[in-house]
Amino acid sequence: MAVPKKKVSKSRRDMRRSHHAVSAGAHAECKNCGELKRPHHVCPSCGHYDGREVVAAEAV
Amino acid sequence: MRHGMSGRKLNRTKSHRKALFANMATALLKHEQIKTTLPKAKDLRPVAEKLITLGKRGDLHARRQALAIIREEDVVRKLFSVLAERYKTREGGYTRVLKAGFRYGDAAPMAVIELVDRDLSAKGAEDKARVAAELAAIEEAGE
Repeated sequence: MAVPKKKVSKSRRDMRRSHHAVSAGAHAECKNCGELKRPHHVCPSCGHYDGREVVAAEAV
Repeated sequence: MRHGMSGRKLNRTKSHRKALFANMATALLKHEQIKTTLPKAKDLRPVAEKLITLGKRGDLHARRQALAIIREEDVVRKLFSVLAERYKTREGGYTRVLKAGFRYGDAAPMAVIELVDRDLSAKGAEDKARVAAELAAIEEAGE
């Protein structure tokens, strides 16, 4: 069975992980309340989307 | 291969799926806006829109076909009167799906599905009427 010959050093391990960073999610400002929200989503704080109230606030 | 097969299985058997969409279509037509997961909302669209088309046809056969899916006569009555009238000039596209974040607990993508030009008072109208009746009954008993 194939077995690693040497222990992977902390440096090598961490270098491998240098590309594993999580990037920040996309966000947009709500046009109604100015709160940050996900793009193309109903605003979770005021319930508006596309210039009208879709769901009563606090219900989302 | 699943070439050319539309629709999702949603981890359910065919009968389970059928019951699910029947229940959801009934709720959507009754309340005009419901919140569910995004895949369910997307698959509910054709079910609900076909029902509205039945409502616009308006004949007895269409009514029986609608009743085979919606088991609530009040909702079918609404479909063949209020909704059929409302969508008389609209050719399809009676529903709208809006994304509504991710559910706490399982991070499922959620969506709000609603009827276009919906009646804002329809949502939860039955519950509100019941609560009002109960409060009135309590008041009457207290006097």
